[in-house]
Amino acid sequence: MAEPVLSVQHLMKRFGGLTATDDLSLEVMPGELHALIGPNGAGKTTAIGQIMGEIRPDAGRILFLGEEITRLSTPARVRRGLSRSFQITQLLEDDTAEANVALAVQARAGHGFRFWRDASRDARLLEPAGAALDQVGLPPARWNLPVADLSHGERKQLELAVALATGPRLLLLDEPMAGLGASESLRMTEVLRALKGRIPILLVEHDMDAVFSLADRISVLVYGHCIASGTPAQIRADPQVRAAYLSEEEAV
Amino acid sequence: MRNLWRDERSWTVLLLVLAAFIPVVAPMLDSPATTGLATRIAIYAIAASSLNLLLGQGGLVSFGHAAYFGLGGYVVGILYAHWSSGDPFLGLIPGSNDLLVTMPLAILVGGLGAAIIGALSLRTAGVQFIMITLAFAQMLFFLFVSLQAYGGDDGLAIRRVAPVLGMNLRDPATLYWICLGLLALWLFLMDRVTRSRFGRVLAGVRQGERRMAAIGIRTYLYKLVAFVIAGMGAAMAGALMVNYARFVSPDMMHWTKSGELMVMVILGGLGTLVGPVLGAAALVGLEYTLSGLTEHWQFVLGPILVVIVLFARGGLMGAVRRIAGPPALHNAQPLPPAELPPAKPVPESAAHG
Amino acid sequence: MALLLEQLLNGVQLGVMLFLLAAGLTLVFGIMGVINLAHGSLYMVGAYAAAVTASATGSAILSLLAGLVAAAAVGMALEYVVLRRLYARDHLDQVLATFGLILFFNQGMVLLFGRQPLFVDVPEALQGFVRVLPGIDYPVYRLVIIAIGLMVAFGLYWLIQRTRIGMLVRAGATHREMVRALGVDVRLLYTLVFGLGALLAGLAGLMAGPILSVQPGMGEQILITTFVVVVIGGIGSVRGALFGAVLVGVVDTMLRAYVPGLLREVMAGSEADALGAGLASMGVYLLMALVLLVKPRGLFPAHA
Repeated sequence: MAEPVLSVQHLMKRFGGLTATDDLSLEVMPGELHALIGPNGAGKTTAIGQIMGEIRPDAGRILFLGEEITRLSTPARVRRGLSRSFQITQLLEDDTAEANVALAVQARAGHGFRFWRDASRDARLLEPAGAALDQVGLPPARWNLPVADLSHGERKQLELAVALATGPRLLLLDEPMAGLGASESLRMTEVLRALKGRIPILLVEHDMDAVFSLADRISVLVYGHCIASGTPAQIRADPQVRAAYLSEEEAV
Repeated sequence: MRNLWRDERSWTVLLLVLAAFIPVVAPMLDSPATTGLATRIAIYAIAASSLNLLLGQGGLVSFGHAAYFGLGGYVVGILYAHWSSGDPFLGLIPGSNDLLVTMPLAILVGGLGAAIIGALSLRTAGVQFIMITLAFAQMLFFLFVSLQAYGGDDGLAIRRVAPVLGMNLRDPATLYWICLGLLALWLFLMDRVTRSRFGRVLAGVRQGERRMAAIGIRTYLYKLVAFVIAGMGAAMAGALMVNYARFVSPDMMHWTKSGELMVMVILGGLGTLVGPVLGAAALVGLEYTLSGLTEHWQFVLGPILVVIVLFARGGLMGAVRRIAGPPALHNAQPLPPAELPPAKPVPESAAHG
Repeated sequence: MALLLEQLLNGVQLGVMLFLLAAGLTLVFGIMGVINLAHGSLYMVGAYAAAVTASATGSAILSLLAGLVAAAAVGMALEYVVLRRLYARDHLDQVLATFGLILFFNQGMVLLFGRQPLFVDVPEALQGFVRVLPGIDYPVYRLVIIAIGLMVAFGLYWLIQRTRIGMLVRAGATHREMVRALGVDVRLLYTLVFGLGALLAGLAGLMAGPILSVQPGMGEQILITTFVVVVIGGIGSVRGALFGAVLVGVVDTMLRAYVPGLLREVMAGSEADALGAGLASMGVYLLMALVLLVKPRGLFPAHA
């Protein structure tokens, strides 16, 4: 059996009296799209934060491509091929969409201690940036607008393009559909479907249509603990999941 | 070149070219003092522009920038003192009154000081960063106040400066042109640096440290290098100021001087190329005009500053922009979203050159 | 030994003054997120109001009231007119606007009272010395300052920990929206907190009058030291402000008392005194740098 790309083992995180991550273990296999679902406050974003090194876990281990990364800084993890998108977009608001992606390309290319050439005309940055923007379907007419002028849907696309431009070997996507309209959601689903198989993805998402149509495997998180993991069909049939999550979702 | 009037760089060049005529025009207008005033403006413009690299590009609110301005000044002053007394500094380094020697040393010392202070300060952020940069500047201030050998509180006078490449620095017009030339060189450098890959990272630091980490950039070293570059610029300005005023004292590194440099940057337009120059001109000019009217000019200047901060965001460059139209897009502007120009796609040729 | 104890008391007395300023500054930092450089101006306003009233009426009580009322009133007016517009702004804007306010207040005092320092006498009832230990006499006035400072510290502790206003203040720092949802007028709360800070700054100023000279710019000398206190103690923490203030007060006083003497052992007298004074002035900044390098958020960070 192939080695997992990402292996999270017995992760624990408490904030004061609240247990945000409770003995969480999960794996992402090569080429797999693994969805992480759960009610609000289940600790999905906290889990991503710990995998990226933005939040330090209290206990547990994180292995990426066979290497333990539990104590590495975020930039060090990104260099090894981890990349995330943010639920609440974290973009450089004054810069253009293209410049946002170009900076991620630059970061991948190595150090940025170059003081002379105009980076906004550097083809070695702009070409890969354009490829990433194409990949997420942002039309070229929008590339040179400041981020502040983009619509919410475009910002979500851009968020994904920036994550892609770092050259990831695993993508962690935190609710890429949040706040999107129905047609935008469908378009994002198609973008993810095109990525699927080429880059392993850990997808946190509330849009159940998207999750069940995209995921190879689904893990269900409740109160920071993984209560079930399996194929979409297995999860749909799991009585525990229905009780804890799906029924509640349908009732809403 | 289609956007000639909207491009900040052409503005800057035009401004510098016009400014070069001041020593010629001023005597005709019967106001010879203008050249001296313009020299002060050019010198402060260099210092303010160097601070702008931190404040405007990197979003690093350093409240101790006068420390490097003063360090640069003191290198010139101390080397002069040793030149005139004949004893080498620390028994090792001979003194000098030659700007070609003292200025590079001043820049070096300013950069070194910024490297040490920056390396320590950049471990903190936010209010703590503002305060620790202020604290280090105060430490240097008190150090120089207590150095009796170099005049302490009273400072040092510089009487005889060697000619530079045959140019007499005592001639106001010559000194002015040297300062203006160095200002032009410095602005050219800043323009290149802010557009470079390094400048992109620095702008990213300002807009979102979290995003920078998430794309794999360790920002500490970038911030430190920016700190050193800014320190060198301020030290160069300090060296020029001492040559202009023929005097150096701890006042050059007083915390109010750091405040004034910040005011210049904001007044002119944070994060713009020519803004700090306009800001320096405005503040020096305002001080000059107000102090001609009343001894209590600070009583008027204070509220003006408050009003500018509260109501005139973007500074003078912001006002210029609102009149001249939307900026060329590759000039990243830290204007608040509400003040950004309305969405209008720019023809690709304009953005890609 | 006697000298050491006297210097220690002087250090605590300076610490208490710093605490009165730091408490207001740290609350305003912690709750409203504002850096107020003009806090030192409120200290100056208190000092001037008390000094002028004292010389006009000769009454210590009236002078006390005048100092407190003037500082609190100017503080609240300042909050209403300028500072509340800065809450949502970044630190840079706050620094610049309040820097402008400093210029305004300092020059305003010059306009009103001239550049000459005003000298204030210690109130008659508090003149004289008291024997604190056999052979050691210490001024009554300075002991009273220490006592008042400690009383204010206890009072603030009680206010913040035990009263409804204190609960709102604590909650307001971390959960602004929640406090608003409780139907509390957050704006009014902020103005009151600011007024309280101004009142304490005024108290420090009027008590400083008889010890230091009352002059334009007196606020900034102590303000920067107060910032050191707040940063060492941890922004937003009143407990940290008290601890930091006494630490800074004692360290600063001890360095000033002993460094020139130590230097005189190795160099000429006048140079030793000047260098000693300089090094002693640098001491508290060095202390702050060391603290921040070990604990970047200060000793008692409010929102750990």
